[in-house]
Order: sequence, then C-alpha cells, then structure tokens
Amino acid sequence: MSIHKGRGFATINYPIGMNLGGDPSQALVHSNPDGKFGVALSSIDLGQGMKQVTRQIAAETLGVPVEDVYVDTADSDTGPHCMGSFASRGTHRVGNAVIQAAKEARAVMLEAAAEELEVNAADLETDGKGNIFVRGAPSRSISTGEACGAAQFKHGKTVSGRGIFLIPMSDVDPETGEMTPVSCYAHAALVVDIEVDDETGEVDVKEMNSAYEVGRALNPRMVEQQLVGGAWMGMSHALWETTEPYYPERSHGPTDFNQYLMPGPGDIATHNVAILERPAPDGPYGGKGPGEMCANPVLPAVANAVFNAVGVRIDELPITPEKILRGIKANGGAQPQGQR
Amino acid sequence: MSVEFRKELFANERDDNLNEIGKGTQRQDALGHVTGRSPYFDDHLFEGLLQIRCVRSPHHHARIRSVDYSQAEKMPGVVRVIRPEDVPNNFNTLLSLLNFGRDDEPLLSSKKVSYKGEPVLAIVAGSDRQARDAVAAVRVDWEVLPHVLDVEEAMKPNAPVVNDVYPNNTFDYHDKYDHQKLRYGDVETAFAQADKIVEGRYQMSPIEQAPVETNGAIAAPETNDRFVCYTSTQALFFSLGTSAKLLNVSSNRLHFIGGTVGGGFGGKVDSLVEPVAILACMLTGKPCRFVWDREEEMQVGAPRGGERWYLKDGVMNDGRIIARQFTGYFDSGAYTRLSSYAIIKGTAHLPGPYHIPNVKSDVFCVFTNRTPATAMRGFGVTGVDFAIESQMDKIAHEVGMNPVEFRILNAYRDGDMKAHRREAKNCALIECAQVAAEKANWPIRDEFKQASSMVGGGGERAQIPHTVTDEDGKIGERRAGRTGGGQTRTIAPTTPAPAPAAHTPPPPSAPPPAAPPAAAEQPAYAHPAAAPAYQPAATQAPPPVAPAVTPAPPPAPAAPAPASDSGRPSARPVNRPGYSRFASNSGFRRR
Repeated sequence: MSIHKGRGFATINYPIGMNLGGDPSQALVHSNPDGKFGVALSSIDLGQGMKQVTRQIAAETLGVPVEDVYVDTADSDTGPHCMGSFASRGTHRVGNAVIQAAKEARAVMLEAAAEELEVNAADLETDGKGNIFVRGAPSRSISTGEACGAAQFKHGKTVSGRGIFLIPMSDVDPETGEMTPVSCYAHAALVVDIEVDDETGEVDVKEMNSAYEVGRALNPRMVEQQLVGGAWMGMSHALWETTEPYYPERSHGPTDFNQYLMPGPGDIATHNVAILERPAPDGPYGGKGPGEMCANPVLPAVANAVFNAVGVRIDELPITPEKILRGIKANGGAQPQGQR
Repeated sequence: MSVEFRKELFANERDDNLNEIGKGTQRQDALGHVTGRSPYFDDHLFEGLLQIRCVRSPHHHARIRSVDYSQAEKMPGVVRVIRPEDVPNNFNTLLSLLNFGRDDEPLLSSKKVSYKGEPVLAIVAGSDRQARDAVAAVRVDWEVLPHVLDVEEAMKPNAPVVNDVYPNNTFDYHDKYDHQKLRYGDVETAFAQADKIVEGRYQMSPIEQAPVETNGAIAAPETNDRFVCYTSTQALFFSLGTSAKLLNVSSNRLHFIGGTVGGGFGGKVDSLVEPVAILACMLTGKPCRFVWDREEEMQVGAPRGGERWYLKDGVMNDGRIIARQFTGYFDSGAYTRLSSYAIIKGTAHLPGPYHIPNVKSDVFCVFTNRTPATAMRGFGVTGVDFAIESQMDKIAHEVGMNPVEFRILNAYRDGDMKAHRREAKNCALIECAQVAAEKANWPIRDEFKQASSMVGGGGERAQIPHTVTDEDGKIGERRAGRTGGGQTRTIAPTTPAPAPAAHTPPPPSAPPPAAPPAAAEQPAYAHPAAAPAYQPAATQAPPPVAPAVTPAPPPAPAAPAPASDSGRPSARPVNRPGYSRFASNSGFRRR
C-alpha cells in the first residue's frame, strides 16, 4: 500500500451577470456641502466587498480621495432598485451604475468650480486628492469641498447623480438557443497537485497553481480574498460536500456541521495565484467579477488529478474515499498514470 | 501561498495609472467586522419579539387529508397559528417578478406536499421552545403518495406528477418544448467523420451553501401603517417584491433593511422567511422573528441542485474536437425557484471555452420530490464545467496529448463564433493556461507557449455553419410515451461553407493539424461576421420601470426564415410566437 502523487488541470470561462429582465441596478450619489460624498445602494454586501468596490469606483469617477466617499447599502427606503448580489453581477452591474451616477455628480461639481474659477468646465481636471485645477495651469485651483459648498450655497445646485445599468433583454431562440447571454467573460486555469492513499482512498490536496483573468482587479486585496477562498470552496465541493451523500436517495442527509463534511484548517492547500487583467470593454474600469468562477476549475482539476494518481475516473461528486477505493478495487489495484 | 500580477499581459488594453482603482484599500466595513460590531439582521431585537416555527412534511409526497392544530393553539405562549388560507396570495414563483415561468409554489401548502420538509403551518409563540412544542402537538392526517427522486425516472410516462402546474415533470420552455435546445452545425455528420468518439456521464450531488448565518428575518410594525423587515436576503428588492406579491400589500408599505449578510453563496435569494415574518407581524401586531435552524438550512433550505450531464465528443487524432453533444438534467426539486433560468445560462455556456464547430444540446429542468434547488456560486455553470473539464482530460488521454496543450489547441480566440451565435471577444483562456502551467512547472512546447487569444481566431472560425434543427420533445410528448416525432430541417449558413463545419486550426502558432481538404482549400478571408453590427431587432424597448412588466404581445412573424440574406447572425427574426414568458419585450444591442 502506498501514497500516489497526482496532478490535474482544468480551464474555464465564466459569464458575468444574468440576462434575465435586463439585469438592472441603480445607484444614487450625493455630496454634503463640504464635498464629502455618500453613495446609496440597495445592493447587498455578503462579505464579498460590495461596499468597498463601489466606494473606490465612486471615488475614482468623482475624482476625490476614497476617504471622501462612504457607501450605504440595502435600505429599500433610501437605496434605489438593484436585482441583488448574485451571478457575479455586483461589481459589473452596480459598478457601472455608480459610474453613471458619479459622472453626473462630478459634472455639477465641475460646473460650480468653473464658475468660481471663471473658466470653462471642460478645461478642469481633478487630481484625486481633493483638488480641481485648470488643465495646464495647476496653480488655478479650488478644492472639491469648496466647489461643492459653492454649488449648494451660492448656485443652488445639488451635487448629486443618478445611475442605472441595464442590459437590453436578449430573447432565446427555442430552436437553436441563439441568444446574447451576458456581456463579458472571466477566465481561469488551474493545476492541482494531490496525493492519494490507495489503502484508505483519502485525497490530500497539496498545492494549487492558478491563473485567473478578472478584467481588472479593482481592489487587488479583495480579489485575492475571493480567489483564495473560492478555490478552497472548489476543493471542498470536489472532495467533501453534499446534502445527499447517496443521491438520488435522500437518506443520511446531514443536519449540522458535525455531519456535513467540509475541509478543516489542516486540509487547506497552498495556493499560488497569478492575476491577469484583460479589461472588459463594458466593465467598470474593465472589471468583470471574480466571485463565482474561482471555485469552478478546482472540481474537475481534482478529479483529473485522482485519475493521474491512481487511474480511477470519478465522475460523480463528491470524490469520496469510498468511491476511490471501489474504483481501485475494480481496476485490480492503483494504476498511476505517470508524473506530469 | 502567493499572489502575483501578470501586468505584462494585455498591458496595452489597460490604464494602470488610476488614483483609487487597483489599490488594495482597506474596506470601509473592516473594523466593524473584525471587532464583531457590524450589525446583522438578527441584531435588531425588539421588546416582546415573537418567534416562528413551521409544521413540515415528514414525507416526500403526500396529500393532506386534514390538519388538527386544536391542541397546539391552546399551548402556553402560542399567539397565532398561521394557516395556508391566511396567506393573501398563496401562490408564487420567484421569477414571476421578471415574467418568467408560472406560479407553482405556495408559501404554506394546503392540499399536498411534494418534498420532505415542505411547510403546512406556521406557529407564532412567545419563545422558540414554545413554538417548537406547539409544532410537535399538531396532527396532520397524511395520505402518502408514490414519489420520484431521480431525474430520468421522473420523465418516464408512469412517474408520479410532482408539481401540478407542470404535469410532465419538466419546465415548459418557450411554451413549446420540455427542454432548452442548442443547435449549431451538424453533430451527427461530424461524429461520422471523427477519428474517435469519447462519451461520459457526470453527476453533481446537491450541495449546501453553508452560510454561517442561517436564513432569517425580523418584521415589526412601523407607526405609519408600514412594516419594517430586517433580513438576511441577498437580493433586497427580490425579497421585497416577492413579499408584496404573496401578502398582497403595496410594495411601499414594506421597508426592507438588509445590507450586511453572514454569507450567502446563493442560498439567500429564495425569499421564504421574509413573507412569513411579515405576515405574522400583520396578524399579531407584534414584532416577529423567523430564523431557520441549521437542520432547516441544510435539509429544507434550497441547495445547489443535483445535475446530470451526458457528453459525447467527436475528436480527430490530432486533438481537434469537431463535435460535442450534451444532454443535461437539472434536478429542480419540487418547485421551479430559479433552475429554469440556470438552464438558459448553462446552455449559453456550452460547449465550454473552446472552438467546436458542431454543438448540440438538450437540457431539462426536471421536477422531483426533493427540496427545491436554488442558486449557488456558479449557478448553471459549475456542474457542467465539472463535466466538460473531466471530459477534456479523458479526450487528452485518448489522443495522447498533454492536457495543457490540448486545451490551448481547442481554446476559443477573439473573433470566433460561439455556439450561441455571438462573436467571442476579450478572450484570455490561452494566457491563463500558459501562466498556470508555467507556475506549476508543467512543460509545454514552444508553439503552445507562443499561442495567443488575440491571434488565429475569426475568419472561417467566425462563420455560422449549416445547422440541423428538429422539433423533438414538444411539451407532453415524452410523458405520453412519444419521442422522436419531430421533423429535422436545416438552417442554411450565412454564407456558403463546407458542411458540416470543419474545425479550422488556429494559425500560426498551433501545430498544423491535417485539416480536412475542404477546409484546407478554403482561403482565409475577412468574414463580415468578424465585425457584426448587431442592430436592434425592433425598436429598443424602454427600460422596465417596475419589476412586474407585462410583456407586450410578441410580434408574430411568419415561419422562421433562414438567414440567407445577411452575414449578421441576428438578422433573421428572433421574436417568435410561443415563448412570451421570456423577455419578449426586448431588442438586441451590440455587445
């Protein structure tokens, strides 16, 4: 009896958002008299970072520092309509709505600055640090706070903006399936290294090496959080989890975390990630949505690694020790496929 | 553990000098999260908060003869027993907010139950213990019915009817078929020409979203004849709209507050707890809390559904895939929820991120006597990606190729036509494969290292091939024991092309496979479809102003005409009669 090393590979792409009903989201942006901004959404922060990614998008578009923006989410009395946080749609759909709203608010702010500086608004730029200046003449400037104050107290203008992102609905052809399902795709490839114990059937995931193409990493730390956590979820789907261990039979269904198997800290694998950025033409600053696709390549890569290690194809998830041992037995022993 | 950015790739498509974008700024909510002070729905406690628990079916399938709650009603602390007839509009389907599918699910069931755990009563009491005790005192007289748990069994003529709204145990697509079709090219002819046929069957079992915070909501009366609802929902207006419909109350009398959620992963879209909590609040005048316990979350709350996929590939000895066929079964459980839509999304995803010139797929949304399935991370895609990529590994093994090189050879590239008849753009699969292999020290040959998503696509690979269609699987025929009755016909390609479509090898960096002569003789040329200018098929519809938009009657063109008069894939009529429930009030726009 021995331990066999195995290596598996998979590539995937992932559609961002859904096409049903146009998949709209809205955003409202407004400023206090001192140029501090609020963004109101009804989108949900599930822990993925909805508030922070939209905050950075708003700050970038407005041309103000990120600390000048706070985002409020998920109050139906104040936040305008959003379909919700699912389908990897948050960054892309809500981000685009925030850009539209922030552009409208920025235009009012620049008009006020133009009036104060007695120049054309088209000649103004923001430095992202809280200043508006005349292009080519940086000494002629006004702070974003002063511009917003002037708009609201002197010019009677509201420094605010409304945004919506909507994809026109796509019909689906009943005969051919012709449709426009989504607007952009993220990509990934992943290599997983495992060890299989041919006596117990247990799989030990040793290491993952991956490349994920996310359009644009709007906040690299949050992208890292999604990719690393999501790949572990993929490991867990591949090797541990199900609510119906004998599907389609309904017996032995787990009812708590003692019975519902998931990897513990000791089972977690090292993961070396490379992030690629090919901006989506219609994404907010090119961003796609890394939220869902990060798990997907891991499931088949693990199954392919099991075959490489012991010569057993497991086509039914999860890949349990029982299934592996039955496969090894049916083959008359482990059949390593050779080092890759 | 390491993270690196490969900024040298696609550098000329990107502005890397922005102020806030691209910075790893700390989240505005980080401090609250790490100090345990971020408020979740369950942090909104009220004086005299009442608790709710449900009486649930112990059977997979049963008729309800009678329900006796007379003992329960008298038990200590019990404030109210909520019956199905107390629900003002006790019939819904989630996607009715988007005009997709028919209402098929009650909030509380009165006539029959179709899965183990289906609720029939809700009991409101002073404490959770009192509510549980009262639930245990309810007596239901069940008439147990035969049940079906396997998707393929459920489609047989003699299988029990799970869901009376869909008596064929399959969702009705476009008011015409019992499945969603994808037809691109001619797989049968290509299979006959292939050097090898590789087949596989893949099964994903149901998976729990497993959020730390279970589904829950707290509803309380506001002083202005409105109701506030603190909720764990992932989709605030979905839950608000669903509650307004079920409770027959104006949407602006509901004030929903969510925002920070203890994990969702797709399991908090179904909006099952909010309407019950608000209804209890309406009936008692008191604040009410309805939170699933862990067992409900795992066995009654909707999981990622089981999916079964059959794949068949036609492959040449040099590794080119020339045809791929799918048959897929999504196990929707007893009701539709969102599986019907996941199949549309999954169909558009086929045949995976590869250029395959002949693709055919039939995918079924099947009703079985189990907990309804719903969304989960990767919904509609994760299961079929497992099938596709396991199959890809088998094929690479069959033809004796390095699995990384095999993916790069078949990868889709900018300008390729995809099976859902839209041009591929912004591709990056090849680059991901190259970088992942390099990181893992998995050697690939130079020509594969030099391949690019931006080179070698389009041209002949942008052509839509002769397509064989059929009318198999009209609604009801399969369950009536009749199959294969449909006619076969061919939709002409947009321009003359060899039939069936040959897999055009991507020049110049991929190895030169021995292409079939017909394809080899075809000169490369710029096809109009390489830059399709999609025009809206009709006047662009205005954006929907409210979730419940009544679709305009679809235009009624004559029989579908082959697109022989134009190089544009969308030039032929797309608004056809017979599927008014899907997005019929829309046009196309260039994508």
